[in-house]
Amino acid sequence: MPISPFSCTSPDDEAAMLAAIGAQSFDDLFSHIPSAFQSDTFDLPDGLSEMEMMQQLRAAARKNSSDLINFCGAGFYDHFIPAAVDSLASRGEFFTAYTPYQPEAAQGTLQAAFEYQTAIARLTNMEVSNASLYDGGTALFEGMMMALRITKRNRVLVDEGVSPIYRTMLRSYTRNLKIDYRELPMAEGIADRDVFAKTLDDRVGAVLLQNPNFFGCLDDLTGLIEQAHRVGALAVVSAYPISLGVVKTPGTMGADIVTGEGQSLGLPLSFGGPYLGFMATRKKYVRAMPGRIVGATKDGQGRRGYVLTLQAREQHIRREKAASNICTNMQLCALRSIIYLSLLGKHGFADVARQCMDRAGYAWSRLKSIDGVEPLFDRPFFNEFALKLPKDAGEAVSDLIGAGIAAGFPAGRYYPGRENVLLCSFTEKRTKKEIDILAAELEAAL
Amino acid sequence: MKLIFEKSSPGRGGVRIPEDRISEHDIIPADLLRAVPADLPEVSESEVVRHYTKLSRLNYSVDTHFYPLGSCTMKHNPRACEAAAALPELCATHPLWPQLRHGGLLTQGSLQILYSLERMLAEITGLDEFTLQPMAGSHGELTAVMMMAAYHRDRGNRKTHIIIPDSAHGTNPASATLGGYRVVTVPSDETGVMDLEKFKKALNDETAGVMLTLPNTLGVFNPEIKEIIGAVHAVDGLMYYDGANFNAIMGRIKPGKLGFDLCHLNLHKSFSTPHGGGGPGTGPVGVCGKLRPYLPISRIAKTKDGTYTLDYDFPKSIGYIAPFYGNFAVLVRAYAYLLMLGREGLRATSDRAVLNANYVQEKLRPYFAAVTAGRCMHECIFSGKTLRNGIHTLDLAKALLDRGTHAPTIYFPLNVPEAIMIEPTETETRETLDEFCAAMIEIAELSKTDPDALRNAPVTTPVGRLDEVAAAKNMDLTC
Repeated sequence: MPISPFSCTSPDDEAAMLAAIGAQSFDDLFSHIPSAFQSDTFDLPDGLSEMEMMQQLRAAARKNSSDLINFCGAGFYDHFIPAAVDSLASRGEFFTAYTPYQPEAAQGTLQAAFEYQTAIARLTNMEVSNASLYDGGTALFEGMMMALRITKRNRVLVDEGVSPIYRTMLRSYTRNLKIDYRELPMAEGIADRDVFAKTLDDRVGAVLLQNPNFFGCLDDLTGLIEQAHRVGALAVVSAYPISLGVVKTPGTMGADIVTGEGQSLGLPLSFGGPYLGFMATRKKYVRAMPGRIVGATKDGQGRRGYVLTLQAREQHIRREKAASNICTNMQLCALRSIIYLSLLGKHGFADVARQCMDRAGYAWSRLKSIDGVEPLFDRPFFNEFALKLPKDAGEAVSDLIGAGIAAGFPAGRYYPGRENVLLCSFTEKRTKKEIDILAAELEAAL
Repeated sequence: MKLIFEKSSPGRGGVRIPEDRISEHDIIPADLLRAVPADLPEVSESEVVRHYTKLSRLNYSVDTHFYPLGSCTMKHNPRACEAAAALPELCATHPLWPQLRHGGLLTQGSLQILYSLERMLAEITGLDEFTLQPMAGSHGELTAVMMMAAYHRDRGNRKTHIIIPDSAHGTNPASATLGGYRVVTVPSDETGVMDLEKFKKALNDETAGVMLTLPNTLGVFNPEIKEIIGAVHAVDGLMYYDGANFNAIMGRIKPGKLGFDLCHLNLHKSFSTPHGGGGPGTGPVGVCGKLRPYLPISRIAKTKDGTYTLDYDFPKSIGYIAPFYGNFAVLVRAYAYLLMLGREGLRATSDRAVLNANYVQEKLRPYFAAVTAGRCMHECIFSGKTLRNGIHTLDLAKALLDRGTHAPTIYFPLNVPEAIMIEPTETETRETLDEFCAAMIEIAELSKTDPDALRNAPVTTPVGRLDEVAAAKNMDLTC
């Protein structure tokens, strides 16, 4: 058994190679580094065989309660993933390649990225998309920074309906920058037009909105975006891509930058990642957009091919003046998304969205008729809504775990004062029977 | 090849979604709906499978080709790590479940894996604590810079800039800027390391910290590192270790023991998680004890009874930098890899990475201008200026593609003219290295005898050299 299970050289090779470079030993290769700098003791376990490693990880994995019927979403959803997504994305030719620095040797990755960009632009009704960012939260931050670069302003208005997880990230990221970051309260479950009207002026560079918002409420942001445009601000809208199968798009509403979490497009929940940040914008703003962008071009013989383009925006050229510090992005996740979207296609994708809506509609009528349960807001929703319970929602959720149900997300975790609010989400995977069980168990727990 | 959109034909579809209705009426008013469905392709599953299988075959990859892309550590990705990450109990876990029953009781397995990986990385780097949240190397850099800022704010230090050598990756200065600092660039000296005198001139009370890659991008281990660290600490600055080149020193050198205060590791480099065609990566950050209060939340803690829990009570924390705990499925792969390597395997890995790089360096030294006269670390760097008749490093790279190998990193580091940066990694056989060197030598000779044979390369790839200027000008970014 070799001590380095993944190295490829035999002891004979190593002896010959050491001799070829005039070294006596492996230690000799490091002799230019003072021995005082080197450590001899590493408190690590002995190496395991593949079989032993898998036994250990299986034992750990079994400690997760992964078989819960899940109604907890809050921006991250349990959607069906067709088998072909895994099968194709696990091709080594895709996942063991890297950033396509040599485009002639990476047309597979590049063309898939170009197709992904096209799909994102079409989903959002925007003109261009980048090749991916880390996740929905960092994408929103990058979108905000992009809007501030374009407008050369430093004030940001953020609606309270934007995911509180993302807002905590935005607060962390803006802390060291000269950015005037302001969060505005909602009114009755949607962005408060009056508050925005009072706060929007020519110092505001970016308005950050989310549709559907954290509470699942749908809104037509067209008027609000027009208001922002009148003072020269740009609108950044975070969207849930599956909803775009049926819901009015940010592009139609006039958004300048659309970002979002692409996890629902063929990525497993995987305890938080890897996920996929997407970003789309208008063509006129593309030079201010962060992240890799793939463009079509031709070779000397006129054959179509794809390259990374507009690289003058990026850190490896611009260094401290770059549009962003991002280098490695989420190419494999973007690949999963375009495969997912291709498999579902124009109609299948809309069907998924309609099924989510249908399940949520049924659950809405079941759950709000439970004694003591009221809707938090009376607003149109897509696949998620908030209920006011007669008791602490965290306790109710905890009670239902015993029945094998993750009943939703207790909104009080992020919205102090809303401890009784339960946020429930529904995907195409949830059946009528499961929703009936949820309703029965919730009723029993209250 | 046609685009998937160009294969679309109305009425075709890939995956059927059940159409049963359980709700009595639609819940969304018409004015909130989109007018027409998104124009996604209408194709059958077999077309999708064939399309993406064919696309995959247009790629060079570690699975199919030697891929000596310098500074990227393109090592083999063990399939056992893929199997570990695909365990259904790990994939199906919602990241908010730990909050549904206090103490993360629903996700003990995932938390145990994360906690164990943190401890292993801390031991490997000689640092005290790790956060696994950063989703790529540059994200780790930014996280570290944010922690530097929090530390200085807390101490009441007035710090304005971060010092970065000119040989650094572009992400270093970009991350420092995004963290609110001015960047002071220090040039390299003739031996390839940061010029010590110029560094000392740049260093002052307003220096927040220094970001160093060690060995640096020229493959040189800075012998003055202790002196640099001492000087930085003397002004209450912080030393940041960029782990891009960690594959050179694993199991031998602990950055924390050298005196570094923070470091990031690229798990997709040193710890063998797949590069994915450009991500997902993962860039965990380690810190020494004095920076512990500033780590991002949430933190994973192990309680006295052996259960794992999430702890949010760190008032000095920089806050959330990711929605959850990092790229979990990537972290599982790295953990699986480390379990299999073990203590001895870790050092053996770097030993062989360095051996392979030196072997290539010595074989090629007579034909190209090596940047270092002596030994290199895990990668070797040459200048292509020895190529003749107007043949450039770019031509060499393209000619290598025709010879069945991915090209090295070229034109980086920026301070080496016509740079060729070769990182063979430890997962290559001697025969593969010999074949690669033979191809490099053949190209060097052809530049003298038949340069025209190189100017049109590559000719065996699906497309020839692409017009990048036209791409940037036409901005044809979607169909």
